[in-house]
Amino acid sequence: MTMMYGTVHKYNRSNIDTDVIIPGPYLKIHDHEELATHAMEGIDSDFTKKISDGDFLLVGHNFGCGSSREHAPIALSKSGIKAILSPSFARIFYRNAIDGGYLLPIEIDENVLEKIDDKDKLEIDLDNNTIKNKTKDNEIHKIKPFSKIISEIVKAGGLFNYNK
Amino acid sequence: MGMTITEKILSHASGYNKVSPDDIVFADVDKVMIHDVSGPGVIKVFKELEKKGKYIENIWDPDRVWIAEDHFVPAADKISADNVIQLTKWAQKNGIRKHFKYGLGQYGICHTLSHEEGLILPGEVYVGGDSHTNTTGALGAFAAGLGHTDIAYVLTHGKIWFKVPETLLFKINGKKPLNVMAKDIILNIISDIGTDGANYKAMQFAGKVIDEMEMEERLTLTNMTTEAGAKNGIIEPDNITTEYVKQRTESNFNAIKADVDAEFKEVFEYECDKIEPSVAKPYSPENVVAVREIQSTEIDKAYIGSCTGAKLSDLRAAAKILKGRKVKIRTEVLPAAQSIFLKAIKEGLVTIFMESGVVVGPPTCGACCGAHMGVLGKDEICISTTNRNFPGRMGHVESRTYLASPMVVAASALTGKITDPRDV
Ligand code: SF4
Repeated sequence: MTMMYGTVHKYNRSNIDTDVIIPGPYLKIHDHEELATHAMEGIDSDFTKKISDGDFLLVGHNFGCGSSREHAPIALSKSGIKAILSPSFARIFYRNAIDGGYLLPIEIDENVLEKIDDKDKLEIDLDNNTIKNKTKDNEIHKIKPFSKIISEIVKAGGLFNYNK
Repeated sequence: MGMTITEKILSHASGYNKVSPDDIVFADVDKVMIHDVSGPGVIKVFKELEKKGKYIENIWDPDRVWIAEDHFVPAADKISADNVIQLTKWAQKNGIRKHFKYGLGQYGICHTLSHEEGLILPGEVYVGGDSHTNTTGALGAFAAGLGHTDIAYVLTHGKIWFKVPETLLFKINGKKPLNVMAKDIILNIISDIGTDGANYKAMQFAGKVIDEMEMEERLTLTNMTTEAGAKNGIIEPDNITTEYVKQRTESNFNAIKADVDAEFKEVFEYECDKIEPSVAKPYSPENVVAVREIQSTEIDKAYIGSCTGAKLSDLRAAAKILKGRKVKIRTEVLPAAQSIFLKAIKEGLVTIFMESGVVVGPPTCGACCGAHMGVLGKDEICISTTNRNFPGRMGHVESRTYLASPMVVAASALTGKITDPRDV
């Protein structure tokens, strides 16, 4: 999965917490498909209708703060999201996303947030750590490379496959 | 340069003489906690692995694992009841004996049992399937929250990776005013550094005020390091720690201390005399103002509960204010554990609460995470001793929660308006 192509959905808000991504009452649900139907319910009740498989999210800093619920990356990934672009992630959300092999939390510069619009088509290249904006004349943005161990876990498809 | 206490614990646990911030290490874990939300999540991870042909026969060490039933007890509905049954079966199959069951002796909120039952010791690496696992760092342990996959990994390998965090040191100097609690201190810190001000970092507390602070109040500080995004909160163990732990367990421990030349990323100094009773307004724990700035704000309900604000010291602080008076708005007290409930009864606190018109309920996370047992409706306004006030956290997305100390919540319950404890 070194090249990804998809439509980006932009929620230009900081501190989107896990209570918003998947509200508390759904914590007792552990069926992944059912969780997906409630993804981002706290911010956009039509969210799941808008997402196609392989799409991306573009969000403000500290995405996924709050409770440690792994329901959050699960719900997003099962609804079709493959990667999330943000200037920063809350730590537990970040590790859940990577270690569970659900989706990729990709760190971008703060100013990239302004340059990409909702519904732009993006090509993300993990070998060269770039985003190409197909909608905006192939404008290129840099992404922050994963550290060594993290990138090995990503390549393995999650923590359980990594340290056999 | 020497190591901070966080670095030192992680270096011992990972077998290195020295670790530095940003190193990624695999640390041996001493204790693991799961509860009725994260437990079934972890079991689900094992089931998914089985589907992929990875069958896990045994977990690593059942004596290092303990289980709390706290979020959806008493069972909020059929699914919650099924989750607890599933968790119980799994615990039995894996030989886990420390399972604190609702309605069977001691039970309570996980981050309260961890210290109240002496389950976690100074110097240990403790991980829990809950973001407020940080709480237990007040005992001088490295305590951090993890998700389901990571906990499943610990349960099978006994270790997990950590990026060694930089440490922010918060020195609380001077003297703590009578009506100021640890909650006011931590709210002011979060207000200063923001809800991601300590993201990926360790928050350590020290200074004269901390030296004199009782353990339960220290636990309020570390509990809310999570609200600043911290990986862990920690306080170096001292006599207060040793005494507190020894009263609860006979296990020996190695109280690891920092090197004298430990290096901190940043040091923040606070003069405690200047801190006022405070509240965090909706919808963020960093949205903090002094109570007196918004004291006419009307509220519908007062809530004294959760791992943050329903320990024995919290209940004592609230009872002192409520004693002999009547509340004006609906008020609930939910002690954080069965043992605390019992102590509150023996000390006469429950009588004080009930005579003031308050309802006292069983220990549970309940409305703290909007699960059940008195969640908020549309436009309802609550003042609460809990730790989060995001949209929808305690119920309806358009309800509003103000976070405050037990003293401020009790004073506000008496007037129906947000009230400074000095004014009642
Ligand atoms: S009381 Fe609230 S903060 Fe504490 S563990 Fe329960 S839900 Fe989490």
